Amino acid sequence: MLKERLLELRAQALEKIESADGLKTLQEAHVRFLGKKGPITEVLKGMGKLSAEERPIVGQLANEVRKLIAAKIEEKKADLEAKLLEKQLEAEKIDVTLPGRKITTGSHHLLASIIREVEDLFIGLGFSIEEGPEVEQDYYNFEALNLPKDHPARDMQDSFYITDEILMRTHTSPVQAHTLEKHKGIGPVKVICPGKVYRRDNDDATHSHQFMQIEGLYVDHHVRLSDLKGILTVFAKHLFGADREIRLRPSFFPFTEPSVEMDISCFRCGGHGCRVCKGTGWIEILGAGMVHPNVLRMSGFDPNEYTGFAFGMGPERIAMLKYGIEDIRHFYTDDIRFLRQFNRA
Amino acid sequence: MLVSYKWLQDYVDLTGVTPEQLADKITNAGIEVEHIDYPGEGLKGIVVGKVEACTPHPEAKKLHLCQVNLGSETVQIVCGAPNVAAGQKVPVATVGAQIANHVTIKRAQLHGTESNGMICSLEELGFDRNYVPKEYADGIYIFDDQVPVGADALPYLNLDDVILDLDILVNSAHCMNMLGVAFEVAAILDRKVRFRKPEVMESTDSAGSRISVSVEAADKVPYYGARVLTGIQVTPSPRWMQLRLIAAGVRPISNVVDIANYVMLEYGQPLHTFDLDQFGSNHILVRFAGENEEITTLDGQQRILVSDDLLVTNGKKGVAVAGVMGGENTEVSNDTKNVLLEAAVFDPISIRKTASRLQLRSDASSRYEKGVDRNRTAVAADRAAELLAQFAHATVLKGIVEQGYRTVPEQKITMPLEKINQVLGTQLPREQIVGILKRLNFTVKTEGETLHISVPARRFDVSIPEDIIEEVGRIYGYNRIPATLPDGTSSHAALTPYQKIRRRVEALMESTGLNQVYTYSLTTKMHASSYAVHHAATEPTQVVWPMSEEHEALRQSIVPQLIDVIQYHLNRQMADVKLYEIGKVFLPDAGSPRPSEEEHLAGIMTGKRTERNWEGEPESVDFFSVKGIVETLFESLAIENQVDYRPSKRAGMHPGQTADILLNGEVIGYLGTLHPTVQREHGLNATYVFEIAIESLLRRGATEISYQLLPRYPSTSRDIALVVKRSVAAADLYRVIREHGRPLLKSVRLFDVYEGGHVASDEKSMAFSLVYFDPERTLTDDEVNAVHEKILNACADELGAELRG
Ligand SMILES: [Zn+2]
Repeated sequence: MLKERLLELRAQALEKIESADGLKTLQEAHVRFLGKKGPITEVLKGMGKLSAEERPIVGQLANEVRKLIAAKIEEKKADLEAKLLEKQLEAEKIDVTLPGRKITTGSHHLLASIIREVEDLFIGLGFSIEEGPEVEQDYYNFEALNLPKDHPARDMQDSFYITDEILMRTHTSPVQAHTLEKHKGIGPVKVICPGKVYRRDNDDATHSHQFMQIEGLYVDHHVRLSDLKGILTVFAKHLFGADREIRLRPSFFPFTEPSVEMDISCFRCGGHGCRVCKGTGWIEILGAGMVHPNVLRMSGFDPNEYTGFAFGMGPERIAMLKYGIEDIRHFYTDDIRFLRQFNRA
Repeated sequence: MLVSYKWLQDYVDLTGVTPEQLADKITNAGIEVEHIDYPGEGLKGIVVGKVEACTPHPEAKKLHLCQVNLGSETVQIVCGAPNVAAGQKVPVATVGAQIANHVTIKRAQLHGTESNGMICSLEELGFDRNYVPKEYADGIYIFDDQVPVGADALPYLNLDDVILDLDILVNSAHCMNMLGVAFEVAAILDRKVRFRKPEVMESTDSAGSRISVSVEAADKVPYYGARVLTGIQVTPSPRWMQLRLIAAGVRPISNVVDIANYVMLEYGQPLHTFDLDQFGSNHILVRFAGENEEITTLDGQQRILVSDDLLVTNGKKGVAVAGVMGGENTEVSNDTKNVLLEAAVFDPISIRKTASRLQLRSDASSRYEKGVDRNRTAVAADRAAELLAQFAHATVLKGIVEQGYRTVPEQKITMPLEKINQVLGTQLPREQIVGILKRLNFTVKTEGETLHISVPARRFDVSIPEDIIEEVGRIYGYNRIPATLPDGTSSHAALTPYQKIRRRVEALMESTGLNQVYTYSLTTKMHASSYAVHHAATEPTQVVWPMSEEHEALRQSIVPQLIDVIQYHLNRQMADVKLYEIGKVFLPDAGSPRPSEEEHLAGIMTGKRTERNWEGEPESVDFFSVKGIVETLFESLAIENQVDYRPSKRAGMHPGQTADILLNGEVIGYLGTLHPTVQREHGLNATYVFEIAIESLLRRGATEISYQLLPRYPSTSRDIALVVKRSVAAADLYRVIREHGRPLLKSVRLFDVYEGGHVASDEKSMAFSLVYFDPERTLTDDEVNAVHEKILNACADELGAELRG
């Protein structure tokens, strides 16, 4: 009889489990069939009346039914949970194409980027970065650079003087003079000097009364013009592309002798001639030369023992060439629509 | 310097070298050919015609009916030029010809008469009006009689020439004349210069009997020579000379003036001609001008001189501003018979000063300023005399009346041969080096490994061994020099701590959304005096000669410049702008005309802080957005605990929304809201700024990082809400809490500020979260309660704070 009761319970339980529509009814089924006061426990309690032969058989059956119900409940539970999760996930669905919450970062000024690129290149080549005052003494801006007071290349009209002896520096070369002086006649001196400079100019598309300059200086025993050529080649390829060639043309600067101007093969047309290079295939990039012995001497270096090279370039010019920027004033007008274009520069 | 390719061939054989190739070679050897001009470009079908007959046009008063022989045929041409006449040889644009400005000549009917071509003026052939000789200015050009009828007219007008425009720098003044260019080109091409010494037929009368010379300023006038020429007939100069002058950019005037100019172009020696009969004495005295001495120069201008100016006088009054411009009273005219020709050397600096002060830059002064070759001065006088005899019927009186020395010794340079290769990085053999120097007409003697070089005086740019190295390098060709890398000791380099930390600050500013800008250091006096972190009592530093009021004083703060940039953006409908700049400010120093410089960091923000998007309205920038950035900066520098903010009143700033920033009690900057009236004046929306004296701050170096073990024991957190008077500052509460929480209080954070509601109207509630911690053990509740109690009591005692229930 107990056996039949168990089979009946099993059928009832399975049906109840199967029809459970939620975790709650499933839990009720669990309590009802497997609880301490549940019918199977009742059956087991009644086993004492059974014969010794029947007892293990019914006992085993009761255990099996118990196990089966428990397994079915687990199975159903997993099933219900999966359905529930599915429903939840469905409810949580979003439009992944909606725009995200952006963090708008600021931009780095193009000139700062170019200066940094040059700085990093030359640091790798063993040059330190020196900076100096923007308001200079006439001596360092001119005289120490072999530009005595009456030199024709010196024009009062081109400089912002504050007094007869004090002016806004017109180039970053005075930093070189200061640096040489600090080294007290003992090389090597290997520096680049970036910074703002000032000329008495009217601002227009190609002129700015304030602009940037980067100068380089290397003084040591036996520095050669060919070394200058080598370093400038590295520079040109780094900034303008690996297949750039350079060309040196003789020129004149009071602080170098010999003096040269460096052209690079045009990066737009590769040297065939185009608008950027005005049809020549070459673009003028910077001025350079071997440091004039007077400059070395005035800063305490013996020109018989030391030679050196120096070069100077304009970051604005480099930027304008590289990106086809048409007006130098953009760099100082600071229109964010201009600035933000070069955040990756 | 405009160099005629045709003229240059007088001195150097240019066979096999096109003008373009020549330009390239000159540029690569050191003098940039800025451009190449083809004066006859586009002209076609211009021939020499002879006007056989010229009659007035029957219908039109101003027109002439000309029968013009073109060699192969005679055609009728209607010509309106006032100077046309029978017998003339003239340039004729035949039917189908092209003249200047792409005009094509067609057969035409003029007042019923057929015209088969056009007789041309120089302008119609492309000559610049400014250089056309006076006699042809309002009419057609007339050839001299030697020109063959029917020939292509272009070669007779040098319109088959090519002009190279050389950019002459300070060191290439020796190429400011045709002979100098010839020497340069001969050296480049390794050819010889053809040069003939002038031959002067002198009369037996001596110039010295007519004139005497004395020089008072001998150190500024190393040589002064004068020739006397008599019996002159002033006429136009010959065609070839006129055309060469025009090609060089000089307008032909008359034979006397043109010859002086021509010789200057040829030799580089400025010459001046005086009308001897107007000279006023028989004595030339060169002296310094008196202060405020006056002279009328030949451009009709009254010039007031200073005592540094050199003046040529007749012993009493000035006749020429030496080396700059002649006087009006002694100018050569059409009636001039006798001429005093000056060939002198003046001090370059003196001439430059005078020319620059008088704003009178002439062909003469620009040559004197760069230096002239004294060895050629007397030769140039001879050359002019030769030409004046030939083309102005002059009688040349015997001798040059002179003061000073005609020659200067050649520059001698001694140097080791090896230095040339050492500096260039080349391995040129001795013969090649010597060969190059000889091509330049330098005299070279070798003595063992030493070079003894004599440099011709015309090369005043060559005086030291380095100049010789340059000469060898440029003639050899810089492009043939190898590219090497320095083989000196390899050196290590790195950013300085300041440079490194400044880069980090830049990156931080940009990560918070600020765009980096560069603005001008020079600004208006007004801007330069406002918004300084430390307001200076003195005026801002000013430049003596500004270009405009916009840029006349050195900024003491970056903020005014940033305000301008914001205004720029607002004017262009950009209202959400966030900017920063790191740059120098210039602080006047009472003891020196030179300001002290330091780098500041300044920022400005206006408009929306976040972007407007689908989730809702964006948030606007406010005081605390700016302060958050400043705090983040100090935190990144690990000095946030040394920084305090103190309410402050600053000109141009909102009095209730501005704080000074103090580092260990010292003001290093400020932040806050622009004053509403400033915003109104500039048409700005709410705008927030900060400025920090970042350089002195960063130069102290970064705070060392000291590693803290990760906590092994839990911390305990307690929240408190305190009700205080509104006048109590958050900083006060922070201070008291921190002070009394030591040492167990690890951190304190304000998480709520509440006013109104059930809080009394003059009070506010502030809620803090306090964290207690001991690195050695777990704190008990009793321990925490004790400290917490202590803090609460202190807040009550010191700030009148009440615990809110
Ligand atoms: Zn190109």
